[in-house]
Amino acid sequence: MSAMIEVTDLTKWYGPTLALDRASFTVEEGQIVGFLGPNGAGKSTTLRILTGFLPATSGQACVAGHDVLTDSLAVRRSIGYMPENVPLYTEMRVDEYLRFRAGLKDVPASKRREAVDRTVQRCWLTDVRRRLIGQLSKGYRQRVGLAEALVADPPVLILDEPTIGLDPAQIQAVRELIRSLAGKHTVLLSSHMLHEVERTCSRVVIIAEGRIAASGTFDELRENLADRQRVVLEVHPGDGGGGPAEIARAFAQVAGAGDVTHKNLGEGWLCVHVNPAGNADPREGLYSMVAKRGWRLREMRSEVPSLEELYVRITAGEAADADRPAA
Amino acid sequence: MDKVLLLTRREISAYFVSPIAYVAMALFLVIAGFFFALSDFRPGAPAAMRSIFDVMMVILVFVLPIITMRALSEEQKSGTIETLLTAPVTDVQVVAAKFLGSWLFFLAVLAPTLVFVVLLAAFSDPDYGPIASGYLGLALLGALYVAVGLLASSLTCNQVIAAVTAFVVLLMLAMVGPWLAAVAPPPWRGIIQNATIRKHYLDFSQGVVDLVHIVYFVALTAYALFLTVKVLESRRWR
Repeated sequence: MSAMIEVTDLTKWYGPTLALDRASFTVEEGQIVGFLGPNGAGKSTTLRILTGFLPATSGQACVAGHDVLTDSLAVRRSIGYMPENVPLYTEMRVDEYLRFRAGLKDVPASKRREAVDRTVQRCWLTDVRRRLIGQLSKGYRQRVGLAEALVADPPVLILDEPTIGLDPAQIQAVRELIRSLAGKHTVLLSSHMLHEVERTCSRVVIIAEGRIAASGTFDELRENLADRQRVVLEVHPGDGGGGPAEIARAFAQVAGAGDVTHKNLGEGWLCVHVNPAGNADPREGLYSMVAKRGWRLREMRSEVPSLEELYVRITAGEAADADRPAA
Repeated sequence: MDKVLLLTRREISAYFVSPIAYVAMALFLVIAGFFFALSDFRPGAPAAMRSIFDVMMVILVFVLPIITMRALSEEQKSGTIETLLTAPVTDVQVVAAKFLGSWLFFLAVLAPTLVFVVLLAAFSDPDYGPIASGYLGLALLGALYVAVGLLASSLTCNQVIAAVTAFVVLLMLAMVGPWLAAVAPPPWRGIIQNATIRKHYLDFSQGVVDLVHIVYFVALTAYALFLTVKVLESRRWR
């Protein structure tokens, strides 16, 4: 597999504002990659640079082996791009618009009808193909935008927030459509919602404040999180006594334990969360403490923080120890 | 070239579904018909269209900016400029198609005025030479106005600002220029006069087809279109 999209040290200044700060990532052929970040993180800027709409201030980007700056037309020929908010000509009819765009994208005149028919079916637009785009609902417009990106069957698809503004059934359908593109097409889609990306993409690139904060498969990201797991115990002080506060204090003194929080479960049972200090493993120490005090223990397990938590932490600017790129 | 034609076709069909184009068309034909009836089509007047051709220079200053204002402004406002410029087409192709679309639409607006020729022929025996050269001049004049309108429309996403900008520039070239030439001191007079549209346009309606005049219109049109391409390209370094 070769890299279809290769971004190296991409930097973009809008006047005095730094939108993109030395971003580097690659997307291999046939993959579906999620470009994840909060609003204003630089996602759309990156996608616009990749499609040749905007130039980068410095750095390099290649799509399908062509440089986006020096070989822009070749890049644009191999890309299907759906911009944010899906701009469309509202006075055109759906199939008229798709035929027009197919022509612009070098689909030979004899094959345009077939290409339009195929994408109309693929994007569930058959019912509305003779309607004016201006009269369509948001969901249908989104699908027209997707159909437009697909109509010339380009090797690379760049989709900016493809499911935003859709209802749940439509989101499901669009996800399935995108997943069905894997292998034959390379897809880079942006989103600010993790679960969105998790359901459609095989890999993810997380961007925050113009920097690439993490990238890799979801498993790789989880592995990075594994040594940040916390221990959850359910204990009962037994007849020996000792209040919840005392138990928490005792656990906090165990070697390798960091923050301790506790919650009453009723009937004397207590749920205690122990976060490790650094990379230490406090599990053994915690157990000996329970044994030594003669407390009753009914559960002890390790809990890995979810990607959602990681994503929130990264986007809140605490990328410090999560930003080891796993790829 | 295929792509220019494809884009041009979309451009023209966009005109025919937009109400503003019909408004501009009606406005133009009413005013043109009014002037034709008053000055050219009356007993005792020469069987020619000189007055109507001459007054077109002023009418079109008001009408053509309304026709061209949406060309690039609307694309910028609705964001379709992004899909347009990320398709495999060059900026030159886009501007050429926008120009051809607006200019051909202008010629379509102009077509009903051929009725004036039929009317003249029905009631007298007009000299067809100056009428043909008059229409040639009008086509060239329209090309320049359209190019200026496109340039204005590339500069802003607001259609009203685009129309007013084009209107002001054309007003300078067609009307303020001649007035300036009249009051300017001698060394400037000639220069300003030769820069104005008036100086180069009026000869056409008299049946004079001077290469200098043709070069003036073609060159200024090309220059305005060149600037429009540069404005589109400027997003790359702005």
